[in-house]
Amino acid sequence: MTTAFLPETGPETAPTEEPAIGTRGLRASVRYWLGNWKLSLGLVMIIGLTGFSILGSYMVDFDLTKVAAGDFNARPSEKYLLGTDNVGRDVWALIIHGIHPSLKVGLIAGVLGTAVGVVLGVVGGYYGGNTDAVISTMADIFLTIPSLLILVVLASYIRTTTLEFTALVIAIFAWAGPTRLIRSQTLSLRERAFVPLAKLSGQSDFEIAIKQIMPNLLPYIMAGFVGAVSGAILALVGIQILGLGPLFTPNLGMILQAAYEGAAIFRGMWWWWVPPTVALMIIFISLFLISLALDELANPRLRERAK
Amino acid sequence: MSLTYILRRLGIFFLILWVASTLNFVIPRLAPGDPIAALIGDMEEQGATVENSAELINMFRERFGLDDPLPIQYFKYLAALARFDLGYSIRFFPATVSQIVAAALPYTIGLLTATSLITFVLGILAGALLVWHSTPQFGRAVITFFMMLAPIPYYLLAIIFVSVLAFSLGWFPYSGVVSVGRLPEEGFDFGYIVDLVYHSLLPAFSIIIAGVGGWVLGMRGMMVTVLGEDYLTLAEAKGLKDRRIFLRYAMRNAILPQFTALAITLGYVVSGATIVELIFSYPGMGLRLFEAINSNDFPVIQGITFFLVVSIAVAILIIDLIYPWLDPRITYSRK
Repeated sequence: MTTAFLPETGPETAPTEEPAIGTRGLRASVRYWLGNWKLSLGLVMIIGLTGFSILGSYMVDFDLTKVAAGDFNARPSEKYLLGTDNVGRDVWALIIHGIHPSLKVGLIAGVLGTAVGVVLGVVGGYYGGNTDAVISTMADIFLTIPSLLILVVLASYIRTTTLEFTALVIAIFAWAGPTRLIRSQTLSLRERAFVPLAKLSGQSDFEIAIKQIMPNLLPYIMAGFVGAVSGAILALVGIQILGLGPLFTPNLGMILQAAYEGAAIFRGMWWWWVPPTVALMIIFISLFLISLALDELANPRLRERAK
Repeated sequence: MSLTYILRRLGIFFLILWVASTLNFVIPRLAPGDPIAALIGDMEEQGATVENSAELINMFRERFGLDDPLPIQYFKYLAALARFDLGYSIRFFPATVSQIVAAALPYTIGLLTATSLITFVLGILAGALLVWHSTPQFGRAVITFFMMLAPIPYYLLAIIFVSVLAFSLGWFPYSGVVSVGRLPEEGFDFGYIVDLVYHSLLPAFSIIIAGVGGWVLGMRGMMVTVLGEDYLTLAEAKGLKDRRIFLRYAMRNAILPQFTALAITLGYVVSGATIVELIFSYPGMGLRLFEAINSNDFPVIQGITFFLVVSIAVAILIIDLIYPWLDPRITYSRK
């Protein structure tokens, strides 16, 4: 689902001639990227939010997220920082305990999707032929099928599962974006001069894939990962708004769904639906900024423009 | 357009349908227990007396051929799908799934076609203008703002729009597709259409504004690559007008990969739009899907999924068949 953030330029795109940043000059490039405001801002936002949620979980009593823990429909006050919902759950506590589970789903699905994507993408791009035809056609088809709908079918049969299980289900679709991205880059890397050189010096195909191709793919792997994470969170919240998510662990999609069910908007209960919306926006915008920065890392022409 | 090209595209078309329908077949069978018996049990538990429940179970078992061996079930299922025969709705029995889908599909297709086209045209134009040298600073700022909206999901924008524009400001209706009780007099009269468009504006805005940013990004990336090409320098040296170079030289070439991207993002757009429909109670496929989920109406859930995949596959086929006409290089590459 990287398409959301990194609209594909298609396999026809000419490979960028500028060498990608390799291990050489690593320190210089680290310094350069710390100066990239998109990357720093994105990282600060997402790390800040995660830290806020994890640290907060130790300080705010988990029992406040349970039904009938406080008054019903209370406005924000000194007692309830962000009010309560229609069954007496404290919204502030829900948010604090709800951010990190949502991120965790994104992380699990993102790691799985990217791992599969790297393997399939490198294999398809490097070996070509029929293997590549099958892999890239399947990736295209899985990107094309509206994953949310298949997930809905799946979730409607297997109800009330855990967040971890939902993450695994989402990962079924999370591999296609990274596969496509990494395959098209491997395809152009394969044509670079260092590949025949490595071959001549006696390296096996496997060694070339690991030692020569992989390091150059790093920015794309990271971009694929960021895309897969945000795609997974997007899908998770989508499933939840339709009423099919896990309902018992507090998480952002669940709060939003409860607010939607409870007509929070039409009852003027802004404290109920605004906080999960803002938290989700922070997550999506920070991942977006990071992926923009990675895009510039991979495509130096964008970098010059961005200054 | 070579025959091989058309055949290959048709192959992809059927492959998409096959993968989606196979997933639809496999998933329910992975679920533990007998979904139909469980369903009828659920209905009875909730106090609804299901008359002849045993008969109903048998009808469904026979309908889905659940007593056959799996491969036979699979081929029967595919054969029924090919005839668009998806069985009966459980909730609205004896309405068939196809009837329910047929009632909802026009709204979704109408909304999605209009918004996708508007989003695409606006997005690529804005993306190209963002990196074009003669774009005024103000224009660039506006475009950058919309580009930054790219990561915000459809449903969050929809919720914000409902709250601010419909509820707080009262500028737009926040649910339905026409005013309550409004029926078309003598078919579709003018007032009815105006009412329909007015009700569709907010859902459409949510989809367009959430989608434009992605196109801006993609087009910007491609334009940057094209701007370095020699033929632009040549066009400039020939003294061609700025607008002509922009449209006929730069955009014309940067636009091509965007069409491939258009085909690929459709699934994403459809997923997003189903939730937008739900938030606005817009009576398309998304809202029907939500109702079917809430009433455990499995045939309808599967039917809606299948028909949406068919719609996407058809749209992709159309895009694929238009593509060689836009990029003549495709036609000559016969392999």
